[in-house]
Amino acid sequence: MYLLALDWWLILEKCLLVAVVVALSFFIAMYTTYAERKVAAWLQDRRGPNRAGPFGIFQPLADGGKLFFKEEIIPLASSRFLFILGPSMAMLTALLTSAVIPWSTPMHLFGRNISMQIADINIGILYVFGVVSLGVYGILVGGWASNNKFSLLAAIRGASQMISYELAMGLALIAVLMMTGSLQMSVIVQNQVQHGWHIIYQPLGFVIFFVCALAECNRTPFDMAECENELNFGYHQEYSSMKLGFYLFAEYINMFISSAVMVTLFFGAYDIPFVNEASWGLNANWLAIIGFIVFLAKTFFFLFVFIWIRWTIPRFRYDQLMNLGWKKLIPLALANMIVTAVVMLLLKK
Amino acid sequence: MYRQTEIIKDASQPGIEGDMVINVGPQHPATHGVLHLVITLNGETIKKVEPHLGYIHRSIEKMCESLSYRQFIYVTSRMDYLSAHINNHACALCVEKGLQVEIPPRAQVIRILMDELTRIASHELWWGAMAMDLGAFTPFFHAFRERETINDIMEDTCGARLTMNYIVPGGVMADLHPDFQKKTKEFIQLYKRKIHEYDELVTGNIIFQNRMKGIGYLSPEDAVSYGCTGPTARGSGVSSDIRKLYPYEIYDKLEFDEVLESAGDSFARYMIRIGEMQQSIRIIEQLIDNIPEGDFQAKTKAVLKLPKGEYYSRVETARGELGVYIVSENGTTPYRIKFRSPGFSNLSVLDHIARGSKLGDLVAMMGTLDLVIPDIDR
Repeated sequence: MYLLALDWWLILEKCLLVAVVVALSFFIAMYTTYAERKVAAWLQDRRGPNRAGPFGIFQPLADGGKLFFKEEIIPLASSRFLFILGPSMAMLTALLTSAVIPWSTPMHLFGRNISMQIADINIGILYVFGVVSLGVYGILVGGWASNNKFSLLAAIRGASQMISYELAMGLALIAVLMMTGSLQMSVIVQNQVQHGWHIIYQPLGFVIFFVCALAECNRTPFDMAECENELNFGYHQEYSSMKLGFYLFAEYINMFISSAVMVTLFFGAYDIPFVNEASWGLNANWLAIIGFIVFLAKTFFFLFVFIWIRWTIPRFRYDQLMNLGWKKLIPLALANMIVTAVVMLLLKK
Repeated sequence: MYRQTEIIKDASQPGIEGDMVINVGPQHPATHGVLHLVITLNGETIKKVEPHLGYIHRSIEKMCESLSYRQFIYVTSRMDYLSAHINNHACALCVEKGLQVEIPPRAQVIRILMDELTRIASHELWWGAMAMDLGAFTPFFHAFRERETINDIMEDTCGARLTMNYIVPGGVMADLHPDFQKKTKEFIQLYKRKIHEYDELVTGNIIFQNRMKGIGYLSPEDAVSYGCTGPTARGSGVSSDIRKLYPYEIYDKLEFDEVLESAGDSFARYMIRIGEMQQSIRIIEQLIDNIPEGDFQAKTKAVLKLPKGEYYSRVETARGELGVYIVSENGTTPYRIKFRSPGFSNLSVLDHIARGSKLGDLVAMMGTLDLVIPDIDR
């Protein structure tokens, strides 16, 4: 009778939450493409998409529709299975990461305490890193399977870049972990609600993390793997139709999720600064909704920064990018870690 | 015929094993046209660059031989389409040399004004495309904002925005549009208001400087021996401004500096063009209020005939020295025409400066050479 012993409500609740989060990721990624075009237009003295619907808000739908109906081309010389696996991996890993993000405070519905986090596992951050590092296979497999020299070069670049920047990213986070003493996302957030956001204690750590996040998402100035001017759109050069769409879309989902991770780790997730929400006397559901809106607002800010950077600065050269990663960011992250450790030790005394 | 295994076996010959050969172009976003580069790579490092030309060869020189001295000038707008005025100017100068006609002062000033506006427009486009090569898109649109203003000025007076065909033997085709002075002054105001954005957005950017400084070094000796002219040579400190060395029209009476840099790297070539835009503005400012009254065209015969002989004239286009060489057999059409285009010589130096650099640098170097492919192929 194990089946009866299972908490079916919990499973239903989690399934619903998964559906909502995935739908939300898709929706926000869709509108990030729109935002990207609009912000780019704004920075470049032009209007941006304004034909599909009022202010062009249906543009992402039109783009998606176009990608679905485009001809699907799989090069004869490519490895067919891997060619299809590449974009699938990219999309899969992009969507997986959102499982550990605490979107808001728990809600009380139907007499149950519903957590706004899909899985509050005790290795939250490790899980994020694990999944993110799988993301490189999307690029590597896709670039290799295309059997195209440009794609291959881009895949090599992308792989080495992601591996090097993950290292600095992880080291930058260790300082945060030392402060909280836990890898669990909810504990990290609680720590920030009680003692102030981590950005106050770890500004350098955040900067390193942010730079690495740019690199992980393959955004300018780290878009080595795409690099349309040298490598002719790089690893997804041979892709068309929705497989190309998957790659492009995965990038935007990655952007959204890494903004969410940054908000969770450094900017207090759903916490509103200088305000004690509990004293408002609102019920938990309202607080959860407000928290969720606050979380999204912070995330959108970072999405905007991502876009802003992309349309402002030029791209690194491949070896300069590697130098920055190995010779600057990693030592900095290590120094940050040691300084944090020393300060913590002194304060304990 | 070798079989493939046999080729690989012969490893003593360099460049067979471990080399990766990629074809950049003829359809590639970095080549800005149909240039085809066969690049031999060792990892990311460039071992050899081999430009393949001819994808946009339209046999302009041959075409010119069957066109009259009034007609052939229109074809030359299609060579270096970014400095169409200056191409026309070079041809007109060469024909006038043969005809021994005196150009009215008004036409001379109009020609110079148009040349300098074209130069600014060309450099604006180059600046935008250069930044785009390095992965920054926004500068392109900023550059076009100013360039459009120049195109509007051209459209008023010449009726065309790209291939103007305005300068003809004996002067210019039509008088200036009444709004010309007003609009040009407005452009100068706009330019001065916006130029700081160029430096803030690109020139001062640390990533940009890292990618440009010390990259693509061209020594002054090599610049001379490869026949480089224009900003490419001046970036290496070789004085090569035709407007200073062999002044035509009234350039010798104008105050402007030849911009010279000594570093010889990509950044030097970049700074030259930025400086040249300022100098062009300076020239326009000197002339815009002092356009002499009078005819805009000298009286010439309806059908032009050049006396038997050889004629050569040279001008400074936005890319370097453009030479026009006409051999006349006393007919109504040239017997032979040869254009010495700046782009061809400047491209030839690419392999020399690119060896040992990274693939990403190649794009930047090509950007600083400012290649216009129809000018190379003709």
